[in-house]
Amino acid sequence: MPNYIGTATSRVDGRAKVTGEAKYAGEFNVPGLVHGYVVDSTIPKGQIERIDTSAALGMAGVIDVLTYRNRPQMAAKDDAYKDEVAPEKGSPYRPLYDDRIHFTGQPVALVLAEDWETARVAASQVKIEYQKEPHITDLHAERARAFAVDSPEKSRGDAGKAFASAAVRHAAEYFIPTEHHNPMELFASTAIWQDGQLTVYDKTQGVQNVQQYLCKVFELQPDAVRVMSPYMGGGFGAGLRPQYQVVLAVLGAQALKRPVRVMLTRAQMYALGYRPASIERLALGASSGGTLESMQHEAIAVTSQFEEFARNDTGWGNLLYKSPNAKFEHRLVKLDLPTSCDMRAPGAATGVYALECAMDELAVALKTDPVQLRLQCYSDRHQGEDLPYTSKQLRECYRQGAAAFGWDKRNAEPRSMRDGSELVGWGMASGVWEALQMPATVRIVLTANGHAEVATAASDIGTGTYTIMAQVAADMLGLPIDNISVKLGDSTLPQCPLEGGSWIASSVCNAIANTARAVRGDLLNLANEMKDSPLAGAGVDDVALIDGKIVSKQDATRAVPIASAMQSGTADRITREEANTVAEDKSHARNVHSAIFAEVKVDEQLGVIRVTRVVNAVAAGRILNLKTAHSQVMGGVVWGIGMALHEETLFDHQFGRVMNANIAEYHVPVNADIHDIEVIFVDEPDEIVNPLGIKGLGEIGIVGVAAAIANAVYHATGKRVRDLPITLDKVVQFN
Amino acid sequence: MTHPGTATPAARIAAVPEKIPVTLSVNHKPAKLVVAPWTTLLDALRDHLNLTGTKKGCDHGQCGACTVLVEGRRINSCLTLAAMQEGAEITTVEGLSRDGELHPLQQAFIDHDAFQCGYCTSGQICSAAGLIAEGKARTAAEIRELMSGNICRCGAYPNIIAAIQQAMERS
Repeated sequence: MPNYIGTATSRVDGRAKVTGEAKYAGEFNVPGLVHGYVVDSTIPKGQIERIDTSAALGMAGVIDVLTYRNRPQMAAKDDAYKDEVAPEKGSPYRPLYDDRIHFTGQPVALVLAEDWETARVAASQVKIEYQKEPHITDLHAERARAFAVDSPEKSRGDAGKAFASAAVRHAAEYFIPTEHHNPMELFASTAIWQDGQLTVYDKTQGVQNVQQYLCKVFELQPDAVRVMSPYMGGGFGAGLRPQYQVVLAVLGAQALKRPVRVMLTRAQMYALGYRPASIERLALGASSGGTLESMQHEAIAVTSQFEEFARNDTGWGNLLYKSPNAKFEHRLVKLDLPTSCDMRAPGAATGVYALECAMDELAVALKTDPVQLRLQCYSDRHQGEDLPYTSKQLRECYRQGAAAFGWDKRNAEPRSMRDGSELVGWGMASGVWEALQMPATVRIVLTANGHAEVATAASDIGTGTYTIMAQVAADMLGLPIDNISVKLGDSTLPQCPLEGGSWIASSVCNAIANTARAVRGDLLNLANEMKDSPLAGAGVDDVALIDGKIVSKQDATRAVPIASAMQSGTADRITREEANTVAEDKSHARNVHSAIFAEVKVDEQLGVIRVTRVVNAVAAGRILNLKTAHSQVMGGVVWGIGMALHEETLFDHQFGRVMNANIAEYHVPVNADIHDIEVIFVDEPDEIVNPLGIKGLGEIGIVGVAAAIANAVYHATGKRVRDLPITLDKVVQFN
Repeated sequence: MTHPGTATPAARIAAVPEKIPVTLSVNHKPAKLVVAPWTTLLDALRDHLNLTGTKKGCDHGQCGACTVLVEGRRINSCLTLAAMQEGAEITTVEGLSRDGELHPLQQAFIDHDAFQCGYCTSGQICSAAGLIAEGKARTAAEIRELMSGNICRCGAYPNIIAAIQQAMERS
């Protein structure tokens, strides 16, 4: 029996975080540190004509001002700037490379000064003149320019014809605006040159991705660059690709041969990546009995002029619903903005929002209960690939979620439920995401005193990676969790992919299992070198490590203490490094599912919307830690509430710039916005998805939440708002 | 009379102020600083005293990550200058634990998993300490309202409320 896996273990890095000891990228105050402040472009498109840095350079404490003219050497070829997750098509933007302006907020100069205050005021003295060119930033105005991206989800049948002849039809367009991740920590990098070695503390979700990128951009040898990110103050996708401040910090450190920190301002972070605004058109045709005959989903999303970032928004219906005819199309519009990027559940948060609102509207048209409609259309196979799932307990999510919520007490009629002056609405939606595993390697160093260090180059961005790794290692090595130390966030550690896509838990934990097995084999060999070993003849899978001992699985009385085995073999440590086993199995679809039920209360006079209850029932395979897993999904629900009611990056298209580039006017949920959130984990054993049956939880929590809330707002008010966020001005005319 | 708009660059360069001495009491220890007058309390703590437990999330008083206690009262340390706090007693997250024993709020935050990435946590805990001292909040709804100046992007709010309630019961 595992002691730790599946329990509500508190975070092993909790103490460091509540005492302020945990150090983030901009907090390494090394001696001689130089502070960099970024000057960014005030125009969205054009060319730098003149830069006058003399006033800034004349200020006491200013050391230098770097621009494209005087910066140190950088690679000339595109490939050098392509990081691990750069879009396949396009030329990545090169920070401080030349005089071209691609978007508002692009860095054009870096002021380097002895202290941060001086750098900031000096930055205001850098004078730049531009030759402006016409720009476009409005998706709605430019939608006619949209072009289809390659490899869309496969279509089948004749969806158009089937829709035209369907007994009940629903077609509508939904809109999700640009959203920004807004992690609490400001993007920052501290670059330190020492004896020909470059050490960079960076805010990133992938230390090895940044390390490889810096090696290419600055033409450095791999062993000369080390990137560290022991703690990260939130990522949500914003830290998947190397961000420009890391390049600027290294440029500064190279130019001055001194350590340099560059910390962006909150406003400057609005010129990093973002969730692309998307227009989603759904057309659903059903028989009068309420089964789908046709499903069409088209999306038009935003990318930059220089790269094609696309996450397929439109294939999710294939994972949820049977339909003999289906058509999917994902298109892009290039705008004069930074390249869009992954943001929590990319493609699904947006695509499933539209799909699940459309299903709600279809249920209304059919006069069918929304849960019932989903059960009628339920698919036990991936419709696009015609594959079974490794596991899919979505029916159970609907059942348990509905029961916990009290869905059976719902009056289907809109505006039929109220609480004093507030209209009450109940809505629901489904969620779906991928259950992926990526290649990862874990090193375990077991010392004779019964301690183990477990290491890989992952980042814990708040997800709980430190903790689940300690739990899994403790169980696999038969040690108390306090005897496990986990090392992450260092590019010199064994290979690990980016922390994203919900794949880290499955990848690193299965790698721990393989490495622990190798350690167990070494221990067994040592034990069997002992005279009269009670484990003589046993193979590595005949024994387990339990309570500090190597124990026969058949006969628990046959055991050798780990310490004795190591002592007798005079081994003071055992070091092993193994990768996970990533099966090339194409015979199953691998997904995680959820059912979300939401209650809203809407002030009848003012239109103020409160989300008073959310139940999110999730089927995600084995749950490693009930406490951190609950937090992951709860956080996803909070994000869903923000997406539904608050979040929107507003542009002034005249000037091609963000109008609300701050965290007061870009609304995110605050404490008073959040009420009851219940998270249910539906039991879902899965021996196929990966050896430990782990599916991952980072994304699923948000998927479908905005749809459930939008559907609840409709139920409360009778008003269908299809463009997010659902602000009170959009619902207030419902009387 | 010289209009400000006509000042020469040279005149503006000359405007860089001289550094001034500031003495604070931080976590019950005297802290002597020589900083430019425009240095915020937040930057004084982080960059000059190496107390990086206090976080910078916006520098505009919008997020609450930089919350510290000044004379027991919670404030955004990015919205006050170090020089304005001459002689004041400042408590940061580093000053909450005593002899290695966590403050009840710190323990409650761990128990209830009231954080994920940890970046807003120092501000949340200092803000909660100030809230408890104010004695205004009793119900969960009141705590939610009075903790709404501290943003948690990871979305740990319900757990933050549970943690504060635990600490309130035990204080």
